[in-house]
Amino acid sequence: MRNILAVAGKELRAYFHSPIAYLVMAVYAVLCGFFFYSFTATYVVQTFRMQAMGGMGMPNMTINDYVIRPLFEGVLSIVLLLVIPLITMRLYAEEKRSGTIELLLTSPVTDFQIIVGKFLGALMLFGTMIVITFAFISTLFIYGNPSAKPLIAQAVGLFLFGASLLALGMWISTFTKNQIIAAVVSFAAFLLIYVLNWVTAYSSGTISHVLSYLSLTTHFDGFAKGVVDLKDLVYYVSVIVLGIFLTARSVEALKGRV
Amino acid sequence: MIEVENLTKRYGPTLAVSDVSFQVQKGEILGFLGPNGAGKTTTMRIITGFLSPTAGRVRVAGIDVAESPIEAKKRLGYLPENPPVYTDMTVNEYLAFVGRIKGVPRGELKKRVTEVSEKCAVADVQHRQIGKLSKGYRQRVGLAQALIHNPEVLILDEPTAGLDPKQIIETRELIKGLAGQHTVILSTHILPEVSKTCQRVVVISKGTVVAMGAPDELTARLQGYGSVLVTVEGPAPDIIGKLQVLPGVNLVEQVESSGTRVTLEVHTEKNQEVRADLARTIVESGWGLIELKSSGMSLEDIFLKLTTKDLGEEVAAHEALPAGGIEAESVN
Ligand SMILES: Nc1ncnc2c1ncn2[C@@H]1O[C@H](COP(=O)(O)OP(=O)(O)O)[C@@H](O)[C@H]1O
Ligand SMILES: [Mg+2]
Repeated sequence: MRNILAVAGKELRAYFHSPIAYLVMAVYAVLCGFFFYSFTATYVVQTFRMQAMGGMGMPNMTINDYVIRPLFEGVLSIVLLLVIPLITMRLYAEEKRSGTIELLLTSPVTDFQIIVGKFLGALMLFGTMIVITFAFISTLFIYGNPSAKPLIAQAVGLFLFGASLLALGMWISTFTKNQIIAAVVSFAAFLLIYVLNWVTAYSSGTISHVLSYLSLTTHFDGFAKGVVDLKDLVYYVSVIVLGIFLTARSVEALKGRV
Repeated sequence: MIEVENLTKRYGPTLAVSDVSFQVQKGEILGFLGPNGAGKTTTMRIITGFLSPTAGRVRVAGIDVAESPIEAKKRLGYLPENPPVYTDMTVNEYLAFVGRIKGVPRGELKKRVTEVSEKCAVADVQHRQIGKLSKGYRQRVGLAQALIHNPEVLILDEPTAGLDPKQIIETRELIKGLAGQHTVILSTHILPEVSKTCQRVVVISKGTVVAMGAPDELTARLQGYGSVLVTVEGPAPDIIGKLQVLPGVNLVEQVESSGTRVTLEVHTEKNQEVRADLARTIVESGWGLIELKSSGMSLEDIFLKLTTKDLGEEVAAHEALPAGGIEAESVN
């Protein structure tokens, strides 16, 4: 545990001693803020219009359905596709470029401790983004009265979705010494996994079902609606475990070949 | 303390290390000498557990590196060819981090950081960012890192490469001071380096060990003898008798004989060119000279590829000269 924390602390420190953490947080805050603002504005305009029309249909139009849910559903997942590669690109690529990988792999720590440490460090930076998201959402409690219940599922969903991408991005980062390449390949891979369920739109049958099941988005929908489904939970945890396992395999191969 | 047994490493079709075996005794400084691309870095990476070998095994303090990597790594300090530093950390932060992952107990960490900083003369830059330090300081931070957990065994890959002459001398002194408390393997492609720092040398070339011994033994072998191979048509005893007495010849050995043809190895004294004499004697005696060539001892070839110039030595000589002294350095 001490080793894991030492590595995690080192990663977190590296993020905040370079522009990366601030860049990533700023990009996220701007994009998230923009969409939050536009959904809120639309909502406010529409409720005024409804009230002007005599309050018809009012009870159905909640902040949860018209602001928070679309924010999670449509936007955050896409923003993460862009932002997560910026977090994971350096995890192994930078160690390989600078030669510090030799220090890590010749220290009396297991590969697993290093991998989990790095993953935790990245996860903590990502945690600041969840905080930013909920900082925006919390303003809604000042001006309105949204239901707090779905927020838990949404937070869990966002966390798992981001953690899955982090694990896969970390794996991709083991293949190169170049952070840019790691970022670009991760982004392309995420995009591909993201659009897998589009296939269902023009084809049907087993393949389409499988692809749709594999898509990271399909499993986010439930969380965005405020529902925690065991199936989705299992899916994301499996992806995280797979990412860590693949990273371990890749590091193992590094020792045989570097 | 370190046992390397029949180590072989392939990178795809390239054979980087082939059947390398040697041992290092406790407290000894072993020089690992060889030209660039000989397989020094590869061997050291296998000893430290960074690479796994294709065949063979390594034991450190009796522990098999492949079987119990964690236990072995606790006993190893390693300075790779390029110091493995995080350029955005300060020296103190870096040494503390390395100390933690090397398993230095929490309570001792601060003390250890101070100790190795002082030992490696980096205490004066402890709060500076490593990225802003000179090459010499970085190298010493790398050395401090290797020492942080007070390992029994130190593996140093070309520890003086890229340093200026003054830094080279300082680093050598530092390494020599480590002998006794630590068992050290250091690699180099600079011939004088081993005679300055090491008690024993393993010479490696193209992935195989070609010589082993004390530095002065090897230098004697390099400078002391030459040898020539001659193939002659004639009676072996007569030929040997006649060649043996030529000036500059130490010893004549029969290597091979088939029918009336004999091949002899003529050992000569240092820097003596005897081939013309040999040829004349053989022809004048009426024997048939079939072939005459320098035997081209592999060790010599390898030494020729080594860097024989020692930067540190030159500067020491310079400094010893009185100011405005004449430019005469060919004293030795
Ligand atoms: N990662 C690698 N992939 C392929 N070949 C390599 C690799 N690393 C080293 N080699 C080859 O192995 C041989 C030994 O290299 P190395 O151990 O670095 O030698 P040295 O440290 O003595 O200069 C060289 O021929 C080198 O080209
Ligand atoms: Mg080398």
